[in-house]
Amino acid sequence: MSGNDILQVIDVSKAFGGIQALLNVSFTVQQGEVFGIIGPNGSGKTTLINCITGFIKMNSGKVLYKGKEISNRAPNQIANLGVTRTFQIMRPYYSLPAYKNLVIPLFSPRARRTGGWRGGGKLGNRETVSIDILEEIGFERDSFVPYKLASTLPTGYLKRLELARCLALRPDVILCDEVFSGLSMSEIASMVPLIERLQMDGITLIMVEHRLRELFRVASRVMVLNFGQKLTEGIPEEVMQDERVKEAYLGPEKASDYI
Amino acid sequence: MNEQLTTAERRKERIDRGIKVRTEGIYAVSSWQEVTYLVLPRLILIAGLLLLPLVIPSLYWKRVVSIAGIYALLALGFDFLAHFVGLVSLGGAFFIGVGGYTAAILDKSLGLSPALTIPMAAVGGAFICTLLLFPALPLRGVYFAIVTLMYPLALMRIIEALNIFGGTDGILGVSSFPNRWIEQYCIIFTVIFALFGLRRLVNEDIGLVFRGVKDNDQAVRASGLSITLYKAIAVFIASGLGSLGGAYLSHIYMWSGISQFALDFSVIPIAATVIGGGGTLVGPVLGCFFLVPISEWLREFGTLRIVFYSVILMAFIMFRSEGVMVYAQRKYHQFERWVKV
Repeated sequence: MSGNDILQVIDVSKAFGGIQALLNVSFTVQQGEVFGIIGPNGSGKTTLINCITGFIKMNSGKVLYKGKEISNRAPNQIANLGVTRTFQIMRPYYSLPAYKNLVIPLFSPRARRTGGWRGGGKLGNRETVSIDILEEIGFERDSFVPYKLASTLPTGYLKRLELARCLALRPDVILCDEVFSGLSMSEIASMVPLIERLQMDGITLIMVEHRLRELFRVASRVMVLNFGQKLTEGIPEEVMQDERVKEAYLGPEKASDYI
Repeated sequence: MNEQLTTAERRKERIDRGIKVRTEGIYAVSSWQEVTYLVLPRLILIAGLLLLPLVIPSLYWKRVVSIAGIYALLALGFDFLAHFVGLVSLGGAFFIGVGGYTAAILDKSLGLSPALTIPMAAVGGAFICTLLLFPALPLRGVYFAIVTLMYPLALMRIIEALNIFGGTDGILGVSSFPNRWIEQYCIIFTVIFALFGLRRLVNEDIGLVFRGVKDNDQAVRASGLSITLYKAIAVFIASGLGSLGGAYLSHIYMWSGISQFALDFSVIPIAATVIGGGGTLVGPVLGCFFLVPISEWLREFGTLRIVFYSVILMAFIMFRSEGVMVYAQRKYHQFERWVKV
C-alpha cells in the first residue's frame, strides 16, 4: 500500500437474511482520483456505499480511511471525518428553502471547526456561506432558485443540492450514488464539468453510476460488481473489454447465438 | 360579477397581501403601517394575556387561568416536538408529574422558596425526563407516543406500590406563593417567554436542524449531526417546559400527588393543538386558554360535560381541521379572489 491511499476497503461482506449482498469486496482509492463503481442492477453498489458510510452495519471486513479504521462507526461520525455521501433517492429537507437546507450541514462539528459558531467565520453567517456554496454548484445567486422550497425544485437541482450538502462539510471524499441518473443529457453535460472541478479541488470521488459514457469521461479507474462480488478492476477501456463484464451486463447468451 | 360562472369556469386564487411581502424584508420599519402590521397581532396577544388576571374577578376563574397556563406550556412542548422535531409525545402527564414531585421534594427537604424550586424542578425534571426517555429516542411516530404514554402510568403505579413520596396521599404542605398576583403573573410571563422563545428557536440554525430531523433524519446523519443528540435536546426543552408547569402546579395547590400523572395532561394539550392549529406554536396556547375554561364552564352540566366537550372537539376537527390560527394567519396574510379559468 502506498502512502497515497485515502480509502481502503478490505473484504467487506454484508448479508440481508439469506441474500448475500456483498461478499469479500476489497478495493483501494487514492487521494484525488475519481473511482467508479459499476455493475448491473442489484449487484450491491448502493449497499457498498451504505457500508462504507456507516448507514448499514457490515457483517465482516474493514474500512480504513487515511490508515485509520472507520468500519461500523455512526454515519455522522464518518461524515465528520470527511467521508460524505449523496443519496440515490434525493434526501433534501423538503419543507425548507434550498439555501436553508445547507445550514444543517454547516451546523455540523466538522463545519463548525472551520467556520466557528456563527457559521462562516470571516465569510459571514451560515446563510451567506450556503448561498456561496449553492452558486458554486450551479444555483444562480440572483435568481429565485436558491430561495425556493426544496419541494418545488426539479430533479436536476435536487441532485446538485445533494452534492452541495457534501461540500458544506468540506469533505475529503465524496461517495456519489448515481448523481447522473434521472437527468437529461443537457443536465448531465453541465454536471460533468462540476465533477471535474471537484476533482481539481483535491476531493476524492467514488462514483456509483449507470451512465457509463459520462462516468468514463471523469473516472480514472473503475470496479465492476456483480451479485455482490468484485468482478474486476482497472482503467475503463480495459474493463469494458473483459468478457465477464460483458456477460454480467448483457447476459450469458452471445449475440452470435441468435444469428 | 362572477355569479353566473360555474365552478368549472372559475377558481379561487390566493395571493399574499402586498404589506405581508413588504414586511418580510428589512424594509418593515419604513412606515408605521408596516410596523403595525407586524407588531399588532403580537401586541394584542401579549396585552390580552397580561390583562387576564386583572379583568377576571372571581378567585375560582383566576385559578382556571393559571391551570390554562400550565396546559399552554404543555401544548407548546407538544407542538414543538410534533411539528418541528417529528416526535409525537403523549408525555405531558409524565413531565408534569416529574416536575411536580421534584419541586415538592426540594421544597419539603431543603425548605427552598418557590423562586428557587420552580427553576430547579424545571431543569432537574427535564434532566430526569430526558434520561428516562433516552432509550425511546430512536423511535418515531406512534411508537414514541406509546412509550411516552407508558411512563406516567408506570410511575404512578410505582409510587403507589412502593409507597414512596407519600404514596397515595402525596406530599402535603408544599409552600405556596407569597400572594396571588405573583402566582398569576409567574405563569403568564412564563407562557409568553416560552412562546416567543420557541418561535425564535425554530428559526435559528439549531431550529433548522430540528426541522431537518423531522423532514429527513437520514440526511441529518449524512450531514454529520447525531439525530439522537438533537432529539434529546428537543425533548429536554419540551420536558423542561412541562416540568416547570408541574412545579408550579405543586406550589399553587400546596400539594403533589399521583393525580399529577393524570392523562388529562397528555390529552388536553393535543386537543388544544388541534383546535389552535399545529405548527404555529401560538395556536396551541390560544387553544388551551379556550379549552380549559370551556371544560370548567361545562361542569354545570354534570356528567353531560364530556358529551358537550366531545361535540365541540368533533366540530373543530370536522369543520376547521387545520386549526384556528392557521386559518386566521391565512386570512391575515392573504386575500382571495375569483378568477376565470
